[in-house]
Amino acid sequence: MSEAVSALKGESHTGFATVAEAGLTGMVTIRADLGSKTLADALGPMGLSVPGLRGVVAADGRSLAWMSPDELMLFCGYDEAPKIAADLTAAFGGEHSLVVNVSDMRSLFVVSGAKGDEVLMKLCPVDMATLPQMEMRRTRAAQTGVAFWRSGPGEIRLICFRSVAGYMMGLLEVSSRRGGEIF
Amino acid sequence: MQIIPCPYCGVEAEETELTYGHEAHLKRVGPDSDAADFEAYMFTRKNPKGVHFERWRHSNGCGKWFLAARHTVTLEVFGTYPAQTTEPPAELVEKIKAKCPEWKGWK
Ligand SMILES: [Zn+2]
Repeated sequence: MSEAVSALKGESHTGFATVAEAGLTGMVTIRADLGSKTLADALGPMGLSVPGLRGVVAADGRSLAWMSPDELMLFCGYDEAPKIAADLTAAFGGEHSLVVNVSDMRSLFVVSGAKGDEVLMKLCPVDMATLPQMEMRRTRAAQTGVAFWRSGPGEIRLICFRSVAGYMMGLLEVSSRRGGEIF
Repeated sequence: MQIIPCPYCGVEAEETELTYGHEAHLKRVGPDSDAADFEAYMFTRKNPKGVHFERWRHSNGCGKWFLAARHTVTLEVFGTYPAQTTEPPAELVEKIKAKCPEWKGWK
């Protein structure tokens, strides 16, 4: 096997906040009827349950996010993603669904620091002041689609397509430069 | 700038998160229709100064298509509802009538 690497190999920059590409991360997209008992039963052993509208739940280092009325995104270890995707696919059997390991198709960034919000305020049409913890917000950052959530105190996790990871890091780096604080 | 609530994910989506999808509630005329009817279906669009029913997609968001009733002059959004709706919900129509007495209806 070739050596798997993330798009930016963990590049990071520190200005008034720290922006970093998170490196290899497992991401599994799940499209299905979110009310499906099969889905609930398959998630149960991982300690996860289907999150409510725009919610993100976490257990044992994995997170599960509500992406749309028929879509979830599971964040897990990079190495375990293929098996999780295969197991979920098998669990669904003939039930109408689609589970895909998209780990190599997406990039994960972490924005951290007390002023982290201000990095995204300049890039996204989102009222950051009203965004609660563990709520997935899909939007755009400048010209590219992103999704982010408050994953912990002073920490925002953001995903975008891997093909725009360089562009995304450019945005985050410039937006977080010292002197560019909003407040 | 226009803010339109997405009925699927509940986000108060700002215009640049959305893609405009033109007039809503169009019904395709069948293969047996005459040329004039097909031309009307294909090309003739409402362009009111006033209440307009539109398709929008939350493209930089949950990705879903939805329908919206909007005033093209005041930019007031009267309401949004799922795309799987063949005509505007009755309560929305009542709300618009109350606000815009001059409005002649959605058809
Ligand atoms: Zn939406």
